[in-house]
This record gives sequence, C-alpha cells and structure tokens, in this order.
Amino acid sequence: MHLAAAYDTLAFFGRDPWWLVLLKAVFCFAFLVLTVLIAIVWERKVVAWMQLRIGPNRHGPWGLLQSLADGVKLALKEDLVVKGADKAVYILAPIVAAIPAFMSFAVIPFGPAGNEVSIFGTRTPLQLTDLPIALLYILATASVGIYGIVLAGWSSGSTYPLLGGIRSSAQMISYEIAMGLSFAAVFIYSGSMSTSEIVASQQPTWFAVLLPVSFIVYIVAMVGETNRAPFDLPEAEGELVGGFNTEYSSLKFAMFMLAEYVNMVTVSAVASTLFLGGWRAPWPISTFWEGANHGWWPMLWIVLKIQLLLFFFIWLRGTLPRLRYDQFMKLGWKVLIPVSLVWLVMVSAVRALRNEGYDFTKVLLYVGAPLAAVLLVALIADVVRKKPEEPPAAAPPAAFDPMAGGYPVPPLPGQELPPVPRRRRRTPQLQDALNGADHSEGS
Amino acid sequence: MNAYAPILVLGAIAAAFAVGSVVMASLTGPKRYNRAKLEAYECGIEPTPQPVGGGRFPIKYYLTAMLFIVFDIEIVFLYPWAVSFDALGIFGLVEMLLFIATVFVAYAYVWRRGGLEWD
Repeated sequence: MHLAAAYDTLAFFGRDPWWLVLLKAVFCFAFLVLTVLIAIVWERKVVAWMQLRIGPNRHGPWGLLQSLADGVKLALKEDLVVKGADKAVYILAPIVAAIPAFMSFAVIPFGPAGNEVSIFGTRTPLQLTDLPIALLYILATASVGIYGIVLAGWSSGSTYPLLGGIRSSAQMISYEIAMGLSFAAVFIYSGSMSTSEIVASQQPTWFAVLLPVSFIVYIVAMVGETNRAPFDLPEAEGELVGGFNTEYSSLKFAMFMLAEYVNMVTVSAVASTLFLGGWRAPWPISTFWEGANHGWWPMLWIVLKIQLLLFFFIWLRGTLPRLRYDQFMKLGWKVLIPVSLVWLVMVSAVRALRNEGYDFTKVLLYVGAPLAAVLLVALIADVVRKKPEEPPAAAPPAAFDPMAGGYPVPPLPGQELPPVPRRRRRTPQLQDALNGADHSEGS
Repeated sequence: MNAYAPILVLGAIAAAFAVGSVVMASLTGPKRYNRAKLEAYECGIEPTPQPVGGGRFPIKYYLTAMLFIVFDIEIVFLYPWAVSFDALGIFGLVEMLLFIATVFVAYAYVWRRGGLEWD
C-alpha cells in the first residue's frame, strides 16, 4: 500500500502559461526582497527594544525605510578589490552566494495545489512550481550557497576571511547532516519529497506535533545552517572581525547580507512547510472557519508563520551569547546527529509495525512495560540505596596567602582574602610575606 | 511548461539582480587610490604575508569533510527508503536498520578515537 497516491498534487504543476510563470517568479523574488528589507528593520527594532534602545527611527515612518537607505549608501561606497585577492573568484563569490538563496524559494507552496485561485482568468496553484524531489532540490541549492561563502573567504587573500570561510563550510556541512536526517522522518510520514504533497499529508495534525524531535532538530540545524546567532561563528565579530566578508565592500557586501537574510526566510518557509502545516490555518481558526484554507487566505497563514519564525531568529540573537567553536561542533556531531538517528529508527519502527497491522497498544505494552519496570526498579534502587557516607567535612582551608609565590595572586574559589591589614591585625603568615620572609611550607 | 522551467526563470531573475548589483556598484561608487586601503585587513598592523592559494589550515576540517561525506551518503540512501517506506514494509525496515547500525559502528569508532573532539 502506497499512501502517497492519496495526495497526488504534482499533476497540477508545469502547466502554467509562460507569462504566469514569469509573474509568479517575479512575485517570489519581490516577496523575498521585501521580506528581507522589512526583516532587517524589524530585527534592528526588536533587538533595540530588547536592549532598551529605540533603534532606527530616522528614515521614513517608524524607520521603515532604513534598509533602503542602507542599500543606497552601500551602492555609493567604493567597490574595493584587495591586493591579495583572486580577482575572478572574489567578484564571483557574492553572486554565487546570492543566486541559490533566491532559487530555493521556487518550491515553497503559498496555497493548496488544487487550482483554487484565478490569476487573470487562468486557474493555477499558489506555488511557482513543485518537483517530486523538491526537498532534495532545496538541500542542493543550500549546498551551492555554501560555495559562495567558502570562495569569498578563500579568495580574499587575507587571514580572517579565510578562517571565517573554513569555519562556515565545516559548520554548514555538519548541520546539514542533522537537517537531512530530520527531513527523513518527515518523508516517512508524507511518502513524498514534494512540498505540496507534504503539506497535503499534514491534514489532521501538523508534523511538528507528530514528529517533535525532528522539528526541534530542524529548528536548531536551521539556525546553524544560516550562520545566525548563537551560531554565527563564521562572522564572529569579536574573533574574526567580520569573518568571510571582511574584505568586501559596497554592493558585494550587500549581496552577502541579502543572501543571509533570504536564507533565513527560506529555512523559515521550509520549517513552516514541513512541520507547521504550510499554508494551513492554525488550529483554532481552522475549526470554525471552513474557508480559511481556500482561495487566497492560505497565503496569509504561511506569511504569518514565516514572520513568526523570523521573529524567533531575532529573539535568539537578542537573547543568547555566541557559542565557542568546539561547543558548537560538539552539539552538531555528538547531540543532534545521534538524537535524530535514534529518533528516525524509532519513528520507522513504530510506523512499520503499525502498517503491518500489529496492535499498537499491545506492542507498546510489550516494549513499554519492561522499560517502565526497569526504570521503576532503577528509581527504587536509587532511593533505597544507601547513600555513600558524606565525606568528612573538608578541613577548613588553610589561610590564603596571596603572596605565596612571591607575587600577589587573586584568591581561588573557596579561598578568602585575608582581612584588610589596616583594619585588623595581620595574620602572622601575611606579616611574614609582607616582611619578605620565606614561607613555612617547604622550607 | 515543464515543472523545472520555473526554477530556471527564478534563477535568471536572481542572477540578473546579483550580477546587475555587482556591476552597478563598480559604476556608482567613487574610486580613490590608496595603497593602504588595498592591503588585507588585519586590525591595522602590517598584514601577514599569505602563501599562494590561501596557505594551510587545521587538518580537523578535512576530517569533518570526510565524516560529512559518510553521513551524507547515508542520507542519500535514507531518502528513497523513507519516501517508499510504506511500500517496503518490515523488510525495508530491517534492511535499513542493518545499514544504519553499520554506519553507527563507524560513528562510534570515530567518537571513541576522538575524531569528534575539537582541541
């Protein structure tokens, strides 16, 4: 039995006339650019509020035109090509970073596939296109985007960008594995890699509810994948100045910023599509309003979900400090990958048993009951077990002598500074030290 | 139109925008020559001379790249299996569990030998 046949939505794609394809492509492009322009202002505003500042408020009402002003300013700056740069690659890198960032948005569904809306008299799905391998395509374009960053770092002929570029490639490929594994669990449930079919298969329940571990792994991996705080190590300002884009100026630099924010929008859209029901209305609305999932309305829901996830990115940036590189790699390789592998095995085992018609409650009883029994026994053993004798209270620490090594040192945790000499009587030890006498311990 | 064609259309728009911006920047910006401006940035000190081709970087990154290939290939095998999971049944599950276990052995070995440690 192949469940995918139930959501056969791919037949609706690849039938648009050329002008409609062009219109939709321009819409996708404009949507991304506008979302980025607004997201940058919104990010600066939100981070400012979190830090009790006002944020940009000079350009346009409420500072809304700030990003536009930034863009114009960048365009009027000198376009530097540093001396040590590999010129062709250096110029190509920002272009290579920007193009795939836009392209991966092509398969994001804004609405149901059933030709529900009519654009200038042509009924069409609210989605540029869909492929049987849409998710594979998104992963592929995301990987090409990494080339832009690595090549930018390498071709600058400078130390900091090189370090930033290498860091970023290691980081992105590490987190891509966790991301790919979290997708696999979704494919098991949807029976398809096409985005429209994945949304269609989330009919009663979102995959974020069915596959919570995959969802969490994806959320962590998407922040790592887009080089955003707290995982913004490739451009760690404190260590690497600006990372891979240190040597870039003018609109070339703007291309990297644009690519980063477009990638944020794309991974948010993928997260909404795979786990948060895509264009479906959120739960309370869908119960009482039949039309919420039809016509043009789905576009509202997915834009809302994307905006919420973008806010989540900003929130993370305003809250969390940057990780150290070893902590970051440890999280990726030692936590996310094993967790998502074990979770995938669990999901597939449960699903296969259910498909084979095993009574799920019985299976749960046979597997879960011994597990629960073992846990219970362990708990009881832990409670009953005689606690090891408290080690005898450590002898009161010897009086701390800041001058023991011949020069003053600060106290370690648990040690206390001797009383201030002028106010209290000096201990004999301190007195000795101050007099330059030798100390008692060795001699 | 082919379902793949719209991707190319979007790619063409993005390419036109990106190339256009980079070309435009070289026209709109000022050009004032300054020797120090074209040096590599290193917080104001004389930049370290760079060997041709970027020089060396830690061997760790090669290890990460090799491990990535191992797991990426695992994922490549997982996807078709996951998509046709319901059709494969218990047989597919057992086969894939064997495969995952095999890769997991390699993973455990790398972990134990310290291949996943930084510093």
